Amino acid sequence: MDARRRRAGWDPRLAQIATLGALLVYGSTALAFEIEPGQVAAVLATVLATQWMAQRWKGVPGFDPRSPLISGLSLCLLLRASAWPWAVATAVVAIASKFVLRVRGKHVFNPTNFGLVAMIGASDQVWVSPGQWGSLALFAFGVVCAGVLVVSRASRADLTVAFLACHAILLFGRALWLGDPWTIPLHQLQSGALLVFAFFMISDPKTTPNSRRGRLVYAALVAGLAGAIRFGLHEPNALLWALVACAPAVPLLDRLLPGPAYAWPGTPDPTPASKGDPHAFPTHAQLPAGTRVLPARP
Amino acid sequence: MPSLRMRSFLLALGFCLLGPEAAPAFCGFYVARADAKLFNDSSRVVLVRDGDRTVLTMANDFRGDPREFAMVIPVPTRIEREQIHVAEPALVDHLDAYTAPRLVEYFDGDPCLRPYPLAEQSLDAARKSAAPGEAGRRARSLGVTIEASYTVGEYDILILSAKRSRGLLRWLRENDYRIPDGAEPVVRSYLKQGMRFFVARVNLAEQERLGARFLRPLQVAYESPKFMLPIRLGTVNADGPQDLVLYALTRTGRVETTNYRTLKLPSDAELPLFVKGEFERFYRDMFAEQVRRESMRAVFLEYAWDMAWCDPCAADPLSPAELRELGVFWLEGGVAKGGRAPNVFVTRLHVRYDAEHFPEDLRFQETGDRTNFQGRYVLRHPWSGPMACAEGERYRRELAQRLERQATTLASLTGWDPTEIRARLGLDGEGSSDPEPWWRRLWTP
Repeated sequence: MDARRRRAGWDPRLAQIATLGALLVYGSTALAFEIEPGQVAAVLATVLATQWMAQRWKGVPGFDPRSPLISGLSLCLLLRASAWPWAVATAVVAIASKFVLRVRGKHVFNPTNFGLVAMIGASDQVWVSPGQWGSLALFAFGVVCAGVLVVSRASRADLTVAFLACHAILLFGRALWLGDPWTIPLHQLQSGALLVFAFFMISDPKTTPNSRRGRLVYAALVAGLAGAIRFGLHEPNALLWALVACAPAVPLLDRLLPGPAYAWPGTPDPTPASKGDPHAFPTHAQLPAGTRVLPARP
Repeated sequence: MPSLRMRSFLLALGFCLLGPEAAPAFCGFYVARADAKLFNDSSRVVLVRDGDRTVLTMANDFRGDPREFAMVIPVPTRIEREQIHVAEPALVDHLDAYTAPRLVEYFDGDPCLRPYPLAEQSLDAARKSAAPGEAGRRARSLGVTIEASYTVGEYDILILSAKRSRGLLRWLRENDYRIPDGAEPVVRSYLKQGMRFFVARVNLAEQERLGARFLRPLQVAYESPKFMLPIRLGTVNADGPQDLVLYALTRTGRVETTNYRTLKLPSDAELPLFVKGEFERFYRDMFAEQVRRESMRAVFLEYAWDMAWCDPCAADPLSPAELRELGVFWLEGGVAKGGRAPNVFVTRLHVRYDAEHFPEDLRFQETGDRTNFQGRYVLRHPWSGPMACAEGERYRRELAQRLERQATTLASLTGWDPTEIRARLGLDGEGSSDPEPWWRRLWTP
């Protein structure tokens, strides 16, 4: 119990920032991602500036750079653009979506996910290169380990594990049906882009169902839809589209399978409600009676 | 009747080079290029795509008895007669030459003159690729549907669909197609994914009538969301890895693989002058070395450029008429003043593949990236005239260092023996030749 309490103040976002930063360095050196330092700087500056301005606009006091930094680093890892203004625009859309698209005090979409999908849909100047990670088993292993740490502390490991399991079952099931060798689904699973999605995007505690059962249903929903989009519509970024399409189901799942809302441990909620704003975040004090704020698990 | 050799798909290898983007105004002289025919067991495919509309042009280097030739390719849709065409081989050869990795050379000027002018001297340019009636009934009894049967140019073409892979393979074998063992699961997988099979063999009478000496490239136009090339059939029982060179023509920008890494080949390297006489060997070995370094798990970009120009040009850009012939369907009324085609971006990808390292078919996406890249290798001829000045001294010293650099680069790119390279350059066994004492120029600038 003591250990649990001690760690309650430990913010998993710091580990996420460190992991994503390390991935960015690894990707741009060993994997030849061709991410321009100027674009990285522009995206990170934009997410921070957008967060700050949106907080001013919503009348939210204080400024916490951690969440927008995670969104910005994820964008840097996944986003490719023909010119840096497109990357900056994507960063603005990502962070702004967090403040504009809200239901019952939670933002609906993972900001990185929404920014990417909105800009890919609106323009042919923005894209994601899912194949650039290669399938180096060792690399995959490293990301899994780092990711497991981050997710377990953010208490959303169940969603990541459930999603990966559903995804793998689909891929192996399809190979079984087609009579394909196992090397094909194994190749499809050894993808850095998949692991980044599973560990850093779908598991975003602010945009996932509150209850465990809700999260398991959600994981199956996203994996199933992604499979349909990938193999039915032949869309290479099926995971991103599936997550955006499923995100609006989260408020519904929360209603059907209620559970305690999530708050980052050890920190006051970064965006307390401004009076009279029905879409604002609730503060801890404003949460319904009986709501338990989960500590990060050891 | 002789058995037909099955040339199942068809994406062959090539070499790739990628160049840095936006090469500054270039003032070297184009010397030579390394075309895709350097590689054995290679296929060349031109893939024109915009939206879901796709035109595939498949060139083959088949040089044997035309009766032995047959081609079996999975295609995503039913194909009508008008969707099939035969192109002239020169078209693909031209595109290959335009996008080929290139060797260029510079001539150093007199170091005693400032600024160094580049002597302009041009070197030689580069050297210059049946079944109606009874058969249909038999096919039906095996669960095979001959959806269509056409004669196009010198080819007889069948579009086959089937309920079961075994029936299809049995039908093909009964019709003298030599299908490798182990093809059945792959064919079954394609059939379950709703693919048809496009089967072509040579119609000898037509070939004779047309006087065609080579088998011309076959073209197929279709509309499908599947942006992919089927390579799996070609890896069944393949005798070692194969090469595929893909030339993608798109409207927006560069094409890349989505299920394998796409990497730029090293480019813009300065090489020893002797490479001029063996550029093809250099390129072949460099490609092999890069494939080895990436554990044969990458697709290499050799060229990415706006079709309206080139710099330096290994061959002129393709004319709008040639592009239309290759299937670029969005050109109508869009030809620029200089007779060049706007909005056509060419990507040249080169992959060496086998079943172990490339278990899945190649899948692609078009990106918004219009950054230029080319495989470009540089020779620099030293100044050989008189140099009676302090600058000349410095130039001579830099020359020795330059040779060292070139030797190291060449060894690293190709895996060639450094000792041998150094011997050919007249360099000493180990360190740099004639190292200057550090103090010699301490007080004499």
